[in-house]
Amino acid sequence: MSSKAYALYKKDFYSELRTRYAINALVMFIIVAISVILFSIGNEKITQSLTSGLFWVVIFFSAMSGLARAFVSEEERGTSLTLHLIAAPSTIFSGKLLFNLILVFCMNIIIAILYAALFDSFIIKNFALFIVSFVLGNVGLATASTIIAAIISKAGAKGTLYPVLSFPILLPLILTAVQLTLLANQGASFGDAKFELAIVFCYDVIMLTGSYLLFDFVWKD
Amino acid sequence: MSNYSLKAVDLSKNFGRRLIFKNLNFEIENCGVMGISGANGSGKSTLVKIIAGINSPSGGKIIHSSDGKEITYEKLHNYIGFVSPYLVLYEEFSAWENLDYFAKIRDVKFNNDKIEYLLNKFLLFDRKDDLVKTYSSGMKQRLKFIFALMHSPELIILDEPTSNLDSAGKDSVYKIIEEESKSSIVILASNEENDLMLCSKELKLENYKNNK
Repeated sequence: MSSKAYALYKKDFYSELRTRYAINALVMFIIVAISVILFSIGNEKITQSLTSGLFWVVIFFSAMSGLARAFVSEEERGTSLTLHLIAAPSTIFSGKLLFNLILVFCMNIIIAILYAALFDSFIIKNFALFIVSFVLGNVGLATASTIIAAIISKAGAKGTLYPVLSFPILLPLILTAVQLTLLANQGASFGDAKFELAIVFCYDVIMLTGSYLLFDFVWKD
Repeated sequence: MSNYSLKAVDLSKNFGRRLIFKNLNFEIENCGVMGISGANGSGKSTLVKIIAGINSPSGGKIIHSSDGKEITYEKLHNYIGFVSPYLVLYEEFSAWENLDYFAKIRDVKFNNDKIEYLLNKFLLFDRKDDLVKTYSSGMKQRLKFIFALMHSPELIILDEPTSNLDSAGKDSVYKIIEEESKSSIVILASNEENDLMLCSKELKLENYKNNK
């Protein structure tokens, strides 16, 4: 990633620290979503597969509430024209992707820690497998969310369009990530999870390549 | 004097079934001021956005060349300075921070002397560390000129450059246009007669609306 993309990431990072455009929405969503799940479970014991599914449900909806901001905030403030005038499309996509990647990792690490602390059935038996699937899942989530955010930023009904458009694109990733998290919780080996790992890896590669190819067309009016 | 050339070939633009302009051809080389005039809604801003590579034309093309080589879309932003009322800078940063980030993102050297010279010239030096959101609309407009000129572009596009400016601000803008047009191409889209008096060539958009 070039120094220009890193400079754009830094601009977004400091802008976020001053405006709290995405962080506030994300933190509130994580707290509310986990609280609702805890209240609805009560004293019930939930299975490992349900915990894995709920883990990625929280991640998916948290991503929906925060990751669109990368492009939507530029469009709403009218600064996307300024971006056009200072950087090439590939630089803009790389900078925004880096910002979303770091945001997704921070957000999901917090969710994982809260899950491990609050849910008895969320016990990771193969930690290495969990980390690999967590990293691959987050890369896919950040890449897909970034290109979808760029697409919907030009649309009128951004708020509703983002989850609607994201759901079919993220579904294969979420389903496979749920399966991988379940395997890690059950203590399965890398050999047992190789099929799911290959799917997530291929998803990441396809999404990254497709996004870079598509972004020029999305960005230019 | 730069070796920059800008050529429009059979340029046309429609929004749906509404024709904005068609069969627009022009060429400008090295330096000078070219004016674009037309009534409100005639497509001046659309044309300057197409020239800057922000919007795509419906037909025809714009060719930017430097030293005889065509400039690709990926690199075009390095050659262009752009000022317009609808350009918005980052209000959560100060003027200095905005300019510093722009230099880093463009990957050009942040020339302290030049930035200080421009800030003084546009009477913003004393307010350079204040957040842009605390600026008046005239101050924001002057900051846009610094943004447009900080990287010494070879093509300067000014869309209604004197809007929001007082008479002192307008005089500074006219001086800048005169200075910059000796070494760069300046494209000026405006309805103000005083602005258009600076132009050596004028493109009247009403002449390009014939649907035949």
